[in-house]
Amino acid sequence: MEIKSMRFKANAAGSLANVVLQGNLKNAKGKFVTKRAEALKDLDDFEGTRDAAVAIRNKVIDNLDLWLERFEQKAQETGATVMWAKDGAEVCRLVTEIARKHGVTKVTKSKSMLSEEAGLNQALEAAGIQPVETDLGEYILQVDNNEPPSHIIAPAVHKSLDDVADLFHKVHGTPRKTEIPALTREAREVLRGHFLSAEMGLSGGNFLVAETGSVALVTNEGNGRMVTTMPKVHVVITGIEKVIPTLEDLSTLMRLLPRSATGQSISNYFSILTGVKKPEEHDGPEHLYFVLVDSGRADVVGGDFHAMLRCIRCGACMNHCPVYQTIGGHAYGWVYPGPMGSVLTPLYAGMENSIDLPHAATLCNQCGVVCPVGIPLPDLLRRLREKQTERGLRPLKERIGLRLWAWVAQRPKLYALGASLGARYLKWLAGDADRIRLLSTAPEWSLGRDFPAPQGKTFRELYAARQKINKEAA
Amino acid sequence: MSSREDILGRVRAGLQRNAGNAAVGREVMAAALSSRSQGPKPAMDTAPQALLERFRVKSEAQSSTVDIVVAEAEVPTAIARYLTAMKLPKAAVAQPALAALDWAGAGLAVELRGARDADLVGITGCFCAVAETGTLMMCSSPATPAAVSLLPETHIAVVHASRILPYMEDAWNLARAELGSLPRAVNFISGPSRTGDIEQTIVLGAHGPYRVHLVIVED
Repeated sequence: MEIKSMRFKANAAGSLANVVLQGNLKNAKGKFVTKRAEALKDLDDFEGTRDAAVAIRNKVIDNLDLWLERFEQKAQETGATVMWAKDGAEVCRLVTEIARKHGVTKVTKSKSMLSEEAGLNQALEAAGIQPVETDLGEYILQVDNNEPPSHIIAPAVHKSLDDVADLFHKVHGTPRKTEIPALTREAREVLRGHFLSAEMGLSGGNFLVAETGSVALVTNEGNGRMVTTMPKVHVVITGIEKVIPTLEDLSTLMRLLPRSATGQSISNYFSILTGVKKPEEHDGPEHLYFVLVDSGRADVVGGDFHAMLRCIRCGACMNHCPVYQTIGGHAYGWVYPGPMGSVLTPLYAGMENSIDLPHAATLCNQCGVVCPVGIPLPDLLRRLREKQTERGLRPLKERIGLRLWAWVAQRPKLYALGASLGARYLKWLAGDADRIRLLSTAPEWSLGRDFPAPQGKTFRELYAARQKINKEAA
Repeated sequence: MSSREDILGRVRAGLQRNAGNAAVGREVMAAALSSRSQGPKPAMDTAPQALLERFRVKSEAQSSTVDIVVAEAEVPTAIARYLTAMKLPKAAVAQPALAALDWAGAGLAVELRGARDADLVGITGCFCAVAETGTLMMCSSPATPAAVSLLPETHIAVVHASRILPYMEDAWNLARAELGSLPRAVNFISGPSRTGDIEQTIVLGAHGPYRVHLVIVED
């Protein structure tokens, strides 16, 4: 997917000015938060379960090479083929080759963020293979001119019922429907034919189980089951960090993932798929491929951002983020939005391509509090900011400004003089008002808010005056 | 260099892999795989009656409907009753594993096979059930094809009360004991298929069944 993260400020401003989007975001905002809080209640020991989940994820990523080899061996024993892809281009090449080998003309897809990273749909189309997104949200986006998702769990969260009603009326050529169940039924009927005719199903993987060589899929709609049951070929595309040790670990993580993501105690369907169909079986794929994808992950191992590899893609961090709630997912400009996206995009798509993202946070730590695998997201964002400075990626004006400030701040007398002049200047600028509407020297500060006017004296001056009074009184 | 070697090589470099820490890592891995340690689980009364009750309550909370019968022989009649009440056809596809039941005797036209698109009602058993979340565990096999619980608009599942277990961890142990290795597909099912992708409004019947009806056999 094209990286538009360098346009973050303009994108965010556009999102803020988009009245329809603001309404849709406001509508979605409370629902995720309330449902999650409600779902956590019947988990007696959230903290203990989270500690266990952190330990499970750490156990794997701290020895990721060994676990990957173990998973690969088990998966091969079940009859699956395991392939490795360094980047999105290699994902596209491998999947296209698999499709060609089996004479595939149509691929039904269950939601895969990695496929978005790789731009797989475009590659398949270019090879004359039809990709069909089957998650309702992803389908809505695909038929709306391949719009990118704005949320990792609810990809079309930025769209309203009216938007979908207009869209289906236009692309399906059916009478305009205004009820959500009727629109869902319409998509079901369109997609059923694709499920039955596609020769290949493509899914992501929520977890890879090293004990059994299986992939675990968490879904609600049943499309994940369809694409992994009906076609003769099933391809799993997943990041190398998704391995977990045992089925017991899967159970522990499943107590957290659906609760954190959609506020469900368990998702409707939870499928653990191992190997291929036996000759006497009625259904299931005859060929199973795993494409284990790096795309920046291997270089994160063992470094400053190692903890980020624990992420299980629940979306709780964005659902609770005041910035995400206000601007939506598209402003972030790549596959992953919100706090996790602000860490992942610089790591996977390049720090120089996403200079504003580590700053697109208030560091309020709501994300850190709700993260089911205890990723210290604000710390990682702060570390990214440091890295930007270390690598000289910040704008020249900011670098000169900070250097100047540091020089002055190391000279107390000069600093006091500067502060005193500044306070008086701002008071003069405010005139009789208690606030400044537009600060001409730093207009960005006062574009979306007023600048409070100082009283005219600095803290040091007031303190010195108080000391003097106290001395005289004594 | 192959992509596999390139990727694993960079992972090893990141972990500063050497013979010493590789040996330690292998021990950690072997211990994790053999101990199969379990995380914290919600407290639960595990008396059989309490498990059945919890399973029923949780299943209904997931929008499934529940009927309880006292003997397996009553299952076909109970299903016929449900289909009549729901104004659904008295024809169904059932998993071959349910061949022993007297379907015709209850007035049902049941075909024992894998599912097709046109099937409106699918009848399945289940490997076991999980009381914690009100969940069915389905294991695929020639006698228990997976699509019977997926393609039809109505899914009816027969659940033996003796196979309602407290936690998913218990289900794994039962699968290891009875099946040895995992079947091609283990599907945990918790109610009818659903989506919330339009305005976070939950709609039942996305791509799978619109309704799930459970017939629990108290044995």
